[in-house]
Amino acid sequence: MDPKEAKERMKIPRQDMPEQDPGERVRNFYEVAYGYTPEQAVTEARRCIQCKTPLCAAGCPVGIDIPWFVRLIAEGKFVEAAWKLKETNGLPAVCGRVCPQEDQCEKVCVTGKRGKPVSIGRLERFAADYEREHGETAIPEIPRRTGKKVAVIGGGPAGLTVAGDLVKRGHGVTVFEALHTPGGVLVYGIPEFRLPKNIVAAEVEYLRRMGVEMECNAVIGKLETIDELLSGGFDAVFIGTGAGLPYFMNIPGENLVGVYSANEYLTRVNLMRAYEFPEYDTPVIRGRRVVVVGGGNTAMDSARTALRLCPEEVTMIYRRSMEEMPARVEEIHHGAEEGLKFQFLTNPVRFVGDDEGRLKAVECVRMGLGSPDESGRRRPVPAEGSEFCMDCDVAIIAVGNGANPLIPQTTPDLKLTKWNNIVADGETGRTGKKGVFAGGDIVRGGATVILAMGDGRRAANSIHEYLTTGVW
Amino acid sequence: MFEIKEKKKLAHLVTLLRVKAPRIAEKRKAGQFVVLRLNEHGERIPLTIADSDPVEGTITIIVQEVGKTTALLSNKLEGDAILDVVGPLGRPTHIENYGTAVCVGGGIGTAVTYPIGRALKEAGCKVVSVIGSRTKDLLILEDEMRSVSDELFITTDDGSYGHHGFVTNVLEEFIAGKRKIGMVIAVGPVPMMRAVAQVTRPHGILTMVSLNPIMVDGTGMCGSCRVTIAGQNRFVCVDGPEFNGHEVDFNELIRRNRSYLKEERMAMEEFVYHEGARCYERRGD
Repeated sequence: MDPKEAKERMKIPRQDMPEQDPGERVRNFYEVAYGYTPEQAVTEARRCIQCKTPLCAAGCPVGIDIPWFVRLIAEGKFVEAAWKLKETNGLPAVCGRVCPQEDQCEKVCVTGKRGKPVSIGRLERFAADYEREHGETAIPEIPRRTGKKVAVIGGGPAGLTVAGDLVKRGHGVTVFEALHTPGGVLVYGIPEFRLPKNIVAAEVEYLRRMGVEMECNAVIGKLETIDELLSGGFDAVFIGTGAGLPYFMNIPGENLVGVYSANEYLTRVNLMRAYEFPEYDTPVIRGRRVVVVGGGNTAMDSARTALRLCPEEVTMIYRRSMEEMPARVEEIHHGAEEGLKFQFLTNPVRFVGDDEGRLKAVECVRMGLGSPDESGRRRPVPAEGSEFCMDCDVAIIAVGNGANPLIPQTTPDLKLTKWNNIVADGETGRTGKKGVFAGGDIVRGGATVILAMGDGRRAANSIHEYLTTGVW
Repeated sequence: MFEIKEKKKLAHLVTLLRVKAPRIAEKRKAGQFVVLRLNEHGERIPLTIADSDPVEGTITIIVQEVGKTTALLSNKLEGDAILDVVGPLGRPTHIENYGTAVCVGGGIGTAVTYPIGRALKEAGCKVVSVIGSRTKDLLILEDEMRSVSDELFITTDDGSYGHHGFVTNVLEEFIAGKRKIGMVIAVGPVPMMRAVAQVTRPHGILTMVSLNPIMVDGTGMCGSCRVTIAGQNRFVCVDGPEFNGHEVDFNELIRRNRSYLKEERMAMEEFVYHEGARCYERRGD
């Protein structure tokens, strides 16, 4: 692109994505952001100066050819853009919504050096939505069947990526999902207003049409062990079971009625649709005053979900300050717009209950920031004598997840870390057990959808290599 | 979909269902449970597997109507199907030859005691069973328990059948009679399990109980089923369902099981109002 043209393009202002009004959306579970119109998408795509060595693509965990798909949008070839995305990303409509682009592709965007970066995530979402809504989903040509079979344990982002990549190479793939519907954290964790469930269902359906078999209600480790899968006709196994065991804080009162793990709260509301109780059978305590403990994306999802169940007040309690919050800036902003309150540099020390064992208050302590810890963030230190009480009848604990024990319990030769995560090679996903690969949160601890997908991509490559060469 | 092959009424509000689930039937061991969901709008509830037939490919569950979901389930007919059945979940009962093993079953808890009693019997234990209910009409699995027990005692709270009193009365007599007991397994309403644990504690008799907290996923992911065991938080779905009764905080469990009383009542009322009439009509009673 000649420099003059590039200069012109960089003058185009970044296109805002239309959103539901905060006062309105906090009373419903519909998606917050509407997405670009075709005109907006073309304008935004034209902001890309088509760098010769695109830094953005290098910043993408699944290696999407970003300039290429953006150029297709700029040319009005929306469906082709979606196909381009799908060459490297099995779940573009999901990633366009939930990836932390500001820390990845958009962070290194050259257009962003002078002004704001190209809205790569929003464009990804636009192309994928356009394709889905216009019924032009293309099924790629599947090569001749190799006759090899792969068992994928867990139907979340990592597992679905592995499944898509391997079925495209002609391998037989069966996904074993413990819950009654595939999607993992995309269906039980991330709320409807951030990621509508019909989008996940459409992406899963796409994999099905490519030939991936989905077996729900199948808890591996219980129904069948990994060894039984390997001796029962599967040539390789990928473990992508996610971060499946919520941490609690081990403070008094944590088992009072009204104290939830974020996993339970979100599962009840998202997967089981408790927000439509009694239309749906699963209840959730809506509460009058809700506190959410934690500062990550799960905490933010919990808080914004709680806001939509119409309590008087929802407050996030975080032991560091806003700058250290791991949640996406966009989500913090959305939460604040919706009326979410914050108590920074605060940590709960005790939950207080009434005579019937129901939560009525939380006692907190103020924190100061001491010297940096191993994560480089300043370590929070409790300020003595600063204890105070806050009334609340629902508390949601979102302080992270440990590893689920079901698979290690029945697979004694899998190597584990001291936190019980599965040890797997970062480049290949290989575990110490022949034919068994792993990736996503079961290896990383709590991370993001896209990092799990990146693991899935690399594991799929090395599974393919293993199936082709037979060399472990 | 999981087809209901057989349905049998065991007592007032208590129904036995034999459900086609070949892979679960093949794998399950005594003490394990399934989580099921009846339909797209349904909640996920845990139910213990009372029995299985690997040849037929069926599992047996016994359900007591206590709310909307259990009422809907009890009103299903042979040939109807359950949308989701997942399992076998939980750790199997630890079975060994304890010498004399006392199996205590209260109310519908006997459905859990039965497969455990049978496994203990097969392991060579002398099985002494004590099963009880509020009244004669609510007693279940008497013949089945007799078939796996060397001795069987029956109690009813109102004296309408067997000993007049509680299962703990029989257990106390048993202990007073200086008979050596290797272990006690007690399954039933939480207050009953708490009472059994209180009776055996002074005598240091190993007492296992099978807990029934509220669950959602049943695989360790949500923590809804957490209970305090010896001061530690444990998840019943993956660490249990059986624990040493002397270490369980039963009062906490009782309180947690009452988390949604208001919502459960509301759901049941709506159900009876909207769908009940239709269901009862269909069932013909």
